[in-house]
Amino acid sequence: MNAVNQALTRTEEIPLSFRGPAPTRSVAGFGFWLFLLSDIVIFGALFAAYAVLSGETAGGPTGAELFDKRHVFIETACLLASSVTCGFALLSAQRTEKLATYFWLAATFALGALFLALETSEFSTMLAAGAGPSRSAFLSSFFALVGTHGLHVSMGLAWLVLMALQIATLGFQPMVSRRLFCFALFWHALDIVWVGVFTIVYLGAH
Amino acid sequence: MLGKLTWAAIPFDQPIVMIASGTVGAVIFALLALVTVKGWWPYLWREWITSVDHKRIGVMYMILALVMLVRGFSDAMMMRSQLALAAGGAAGYLPPEHYNQIFSAHGTIMIFFVAMPFVAALMNFAVPLQLGVRDVAFPVLNSLSFWLTAAGVLLVNLSLFVGEFARTGWLAYPPLSEIAYSPGVGVDYYLWSLQISGIGTLLSGINLTTTILKLRAPGMGYSRMPVFCWTALAANLLIVAAFPVLTATFAMLLLDRYCDFHFFTTNLGGNPMMYINLIWLWGHPEVYILVLPAFGVFSEVVATFSGKPLFGYRSMVLATMVICVLSFMVWLHHFFTMGAGADVNGFFGVMTMIIAVPTGVKIFNWLFTLYGGRIRFTVPIYWALGFMVTFVIGGMTGVLLAIPPADFVLHNSLFLIAHFHNTIIGGVVFGVMAGYNYWFPKAFGFTLNERLGKAVFWCWFVGFYAAFMPLYALGLMGATRRMQHYSDVHWQPYMLVALGGACLILLGIVLTVVQLVVSIRARHVNRVGADPWNARTLEWSIPSPPPAWNFARLPVVEGTDAFWAMKQGVGVPAQRAEPEPLAALHVPRGNPTGVMTAFFAVITGFALIWHIWWMVAFGLLGVLAVALKQAWRTDTEIAVPVEEIAAYERRHVRHGASV
Repeated sequence: MNAVNQALTRTEEIPLSFRGPAPTRSVAGFGFWLFLLSDIVIFGALFAAYAVLSGETAGGPTGAELFDKRHVFIETACLLASSVTCGFALLSAQRTEKLATYFWLAATFALGALFLALETSEFSTMLAAGAGPSRSAFLSSFFALVGTHGLHVSMGLAWLVLMALQIATLGFQPMVSRRLFCFALFWHALDIVWVGVFTIVYLGAH
Repeated sequence: MLGKLTWAAIPFDQPIVMIASGTVGAVIFALLALVTVKGWWPYLWREWITSVDHKRIGVMYMILALVMLVRGFSDAMMMRSQLALAAGGAAGYLPPEHYNQIFSAHGTIMIFFVAMPFVAALMNFAVPLQLGVRDVAFPVLNSLSFWLTAAGVLLVNLSLFVGEFARTGWLAYPPLSEIAYSPGVGVDYYLWSLQISGIGTLLSGINLTTTILKLRAPGMGYSRMPVFCWTALAANLLIVAAFPVLTATFAMLLLDRYCDFHFFTTNLGGNPMMYINLIWLWGHPEVYILVLPAFGVFSEVVATFSGKPLFGYRSMVLATMVICVLSFMVWLHHFFTMGAGADVNGFFGVMTMIIAVPTGVKIFNWLFTLYGGRIRFTVPIYWALGFMVTFVIGGMTGVLLAIPPADFVLHNSLFLIAHFHNTIIGGVVFGVMAGYNYWFPKAFGFTLNERLGKAVFWCWFVGFYAAFMPLYALGLMGATRRMQHYSDVHWQPYMLVALGGACLILLGIVLTVVQLVVSIRARHVNRVGADPWNARTLEWSIPSPPPAWNFARLPVVEGTDAFWAMKQGVGVPAQRAEPEPLAALHVPRGNPTGVMTAFFAVITGFALIWHIWWMVAFGLLGVLAVALKQAWRTDTEIAVPVEEIAAYERRHVRHGASV
């Protein structure tokens, strides 16, 4: 980077967009934000399909008959709590405290795994009752939407383990902390999607 | 063991397919043999296949697109010749089930594997250079994007020989594309190849959007970005917003086909029209993803060869961004006949007419740029002028189709076919050809042959009108798209003219190859310096071809047309007075992650198409292994010492340009 550029960055009056290439961390974070937005568009399409098909039960069970709201409330609580622990993990990582980071990552993993276990039990109860995705268009769109979210949570858990291994082997070098930052963004985004699922699918069941 | 795959998948009984596959196989084998005998593999692997340099990736996209253009165009020739023959009592030479695969493959290939890679090629090559930076935001991801596109290409071409391709048209509408009506592997080839290449496109969109918004030379605020970068920004924003819809829609159709879901089936509450809404929610932005970068090319070309700054820079940027937003509000005009009612159809009809306004603004801006300019009639400006005439006609027939009552008559007729070829050939192809001739000397350091370039233009230009104007007339007479045979012999003369036009375009494609070969052979004569066109933007301020690091010193931008200003002696006073000392640079190291991921993606895709579940697991494990290897890769950059940069500068500096 040349001196003119540095002079430009030093001067407060220069608008941000004129200051030359952004630092790597903000480039990586921004790129990941864009990825998350595109991921949310995928969920948008699935939500739209659910909105169109939620009444198409083809004589089969409806959402109100199938969903156990207490069960879903515990699921929601787990996922929201895991977002808090994930935030603590990121804060510990910023202070380069390895043990604390592991602890909060482990807590996040446990809560995420509990969420997945509860979701799996919900799905298997429904499948056992003959309310699988093949039963009606409503159930197809339900399993696709909620299942895609569950798949994201599973991938998040795998990524979490990977990040713990990266911290153990590579330490808190910039590359690793960038990835941890992106992981945290991902995990929070899954919460936002879940708020939509909880509201539209479970509370909106009729 | 091999799922649905048996010897019956190979069409031994179809001579046309066998001869075509045999020829392609022989050509590929000959190429591989040549590379092996000459010992070029290490060079290819090191400098191209694992390259993460945006310029090389751009060139590879271009080669991929040109090869697939030949494939897609041979489908077009088969359709045109079939229709020239199959009138009245004659049956033609292509049986209906084969003809259906041909028109489906033609559309799929031309949009996804010709037009998209063409546009990606130009954006990858030119955008970082115009922004005055050293690479895209995520170079390894860029390589992955390219190779995933290539993986999709490989799967589509495999369908020619192993199994079959979809017979459903290029967007695979259900219920026809559902397992009940298309039980073969054709639709699965379609879906998996587009899912894999679609991920590549999405990643490329994220990459270029980040590059444009976060990496620009110092001083290059948004109001100073070259118009091509603005159009690339709009196109890539559209990719980020629209391609996930395509992925989700295809995922739903795949669930229907593989797991007995009921999104789009005709029973148990499925809704086929939802597919058509969703696919066009992607599909309409897609046409702007293709044409906006072409508009950007024309903006650069018209300004450069008129020797004037672009007329109405701000209105051009505004028009681009307005199109970017409005492109999400017109999708329903692709199916007015759905029966959504007069209010809904009226809304989308009006929106469609409104989106023509910013496009009209652009046309006038180009005209006013040319007006009073000292125009140099080079090959790129030929394409630009041909575009302006042709695209206006295509735009007007589009506005005609935007009127719902008229659309009820013309829906799915050859009039529609003529309209969208008019905009895609007249807009995208002409734009890509302009950009190809314009940036070729920057990429390789020598120009393309001008005479042959102009011959190519005239073949395409005249060929286009001969091939598609008869289709407008036929559409008005009631000829529908996707017909393999017609009984009214009065249509035959029009079909013969269209075939003649297609032959002229074929000559244009042959001459494109000839132009390339002739130019390469004459490269020592055609060699040029940094700025052969006396151009205006930063890519022309560095040597041709540019070094791996693009800019040894980041340029400092003082206004629009930064390089032009530098040539006029305005700007960079600091650099002029006291040249910045060179500093050591880091360039990204070549990386096999992209090609290896794509390799395993092809295996996974092929296994999914044929239901070979163990191979699916193997492919996914392979992808995982490559990802893990990449996650622990730390030696991602090579340091370029100051001496090397200085030596390069001594060899190349002041070569043509004055900076």
